Amino acid sequence: MTIIEGKTGPWEMVIGLEVHAQVIANSKLFSGAATAFGAEPNSQVSLVDAAMPGMLPVINEMAVEQAIKTGLGLNAKINLFSEFERKNYFYADLPQGYQISQFLHPIVGEGTIILDLEDGKTREVGIERLHLEQDAGKSLHDQHPTMSYIDLNRSGVTLMEIVSKPDMRSAEEAGAYLRKLRSILRYLGTCDGNMDEGSMRADVNLSMRRPGDPLGTRTETKNVNSIRFVQQSIELEARRQVAILEEGGTIDQETRLFDASKGTSRSMRSKEEAHDYRYFPDPDLLPLNVDADWVESLKKDLPELPDAKKQRFMDEFGLPVYDAGVLVADQETAAFYETIAKGRDPKLAANWVIGEYFGALNRTSGANLTNAPVDATKLGGLIDLIADGTISGRTAKEVFEAMWDSGKDAGAIVEEKGLKQISDTGALEGVIDQLITDNPGQVEQYQGGNVKLIGWFVGQVMKATQGKANPGMVNQLLKKKLD
Amino acid sequence: MAVDKDTVARIAKLARIRIPEEQQEALTGELTEILNWVEQLSELDTEGVEPMTSVVAMTLPQRQDVVTDGDCADKVLKNAPEGAHGFFAVPKVVE
Repeated sequence: MTIIEGKTGPWEMVIGLEVHAQVIANSKLFSGAATAFGAEPNSQVSLVDAAMPGMLPVINEMAVEQAIKTGLGLNAKINLFSEFERKNYFYADLPQGYQISQFLHPIVGEGTIILDLEDGKTREVGIERLHLEQDAGKSLHDQHPTMSYIDLNRSGVTLMEIVSKPDMRSAEEAGAYLRKLRSILRYLGTCDGNMDEGSMRADVNLSMRRPGDPLGTRTETKNVNSIRFVQQSIELEARRQVAILEEGGTIDQETRLFDASKGTSRSMRSKEEAHDYRYFPDPDLLPLNVDADWVESLKKDLPELPDAKKQRFMDEFGLPVYDAGVLVADQETAAFYETIAKGRDPKLAANWVIGEYFGALNRTSGANLTNAPVDATKLGGLIDLIADGTISGRTAKEVFEAMWDSGKDAGAIVEEKGLKQISDTGALEGVIDQLITDNPGQVEQYQGGNVKLIGWFVGQVMKATQGKANPGMVNQLLKKKLD
Repeated sequence: MAVDKDTVARIAKLARIRIPEEQQEALTGELTEILNWVEQLSELDTEGVEPMTSVVAMTLPQRQDVVTDGDCADKVLKNAPEGAHGFFAVPKVVE
């Protein structure tokens, strides 16, 4: 919980999020037109999506299946009976004059989501509901001085609106909620979660109150399209509301628009009157009855979800909570890690994946797990060389850089560059004896009590062997000879 | 239930129907009568009766997730008063 210290005392923010998630399906919610992103304008529009008179909607079973799977992934109640209603409003990108949505009887009821916070703690946030609805078309306002251009390709694509309870208390928690929700949707394969393509969008409901007081009046900031912007808009709106409240003013319940480029927000007054949506059951659609057996079979086929995987990584591999959380954030990373951890030291594997490997991925533009020059087998091979003492951890970093640049195996690079660690006692003893003979002064100081000088000796051995000496053995041998 | 003139004006605006001032008075009477007529239904005792959402004894038919439609931008745009580059072109709407 974040408390904002105002001039007149502390304030607490209360945040609820409504997320619109585009469902992964080949065709639309009520028509057989395609859904792929980036097609030619109006090429993926059926006469149903264009709302031509006499056209009738027929529901896509995949849309229903995806909503149920998402509900199950959110530990939510699946409503076997649900209904579609018309939400009436006029806008240029909504040819029907209404959106087919669910109001009184959504397909999914209450559930929960567990947030992973930065300090490793977790926090539970309630899900109020999830319902199915149609997306609207897309307007382009910058192509012509006096006209807006409308593309209906997105019109009728299936959306899940996922509504949280007002359980979040800081921008950090809102960010953690969106990251976790996105992670669950991606694991389930029900939404790709790409906020920059608009397939996941968030509306932020926020109000302020004195700690312990009842809820204050909220505002809704619409369509914020990145996690960072959601957090910025929350900080901004909280400060705006506190300023008004501390001057003795009241908050208008209104819809606001966040301008990310300016870092400001403004009221969308035109939306206010349209808020009277006059919902009524869509006479073109019968109630949706879902078979309980179907729900059960979908439940059985759910993949292992992030929370369960995180717990397993902690139990099975002994990973700390932070490492486990990072590795399970997406499914591909988790699978990549598991491939490497299998039959190896799991903590060493985790350190390499999170440290060097993620570092290299971040440094290399366009690189991801599937196209990176070092794959799981190669990284595993490198870790094997550390484990069997062929190279030191420090040399391994150098080998890794070379692997990343060349795509070669760790073994080949070690061979090529002659980086094999010297673990041969005889060879190392020779170097150490020479060192002792050449530096009687340092030997005397060390034996006189300056034990810190051991570091200098180790350094000299490393220098003499171009860093290839096994550091553990060097320490051991030095102590044997000097003490 | 009685409908007043402000309500008539509001409903008309929400439905995007222009109703001149002089016709609004007459409509208050007509709409009030319609609502009163429908209100007679509430005389029936419906305690414990599930609301009926459909008169046909069948459930919602579902279709397979297959692309069977679209790719007909010419038909979609055929009746548009104005179009450009494959888009509908409408008077600028900016929030």
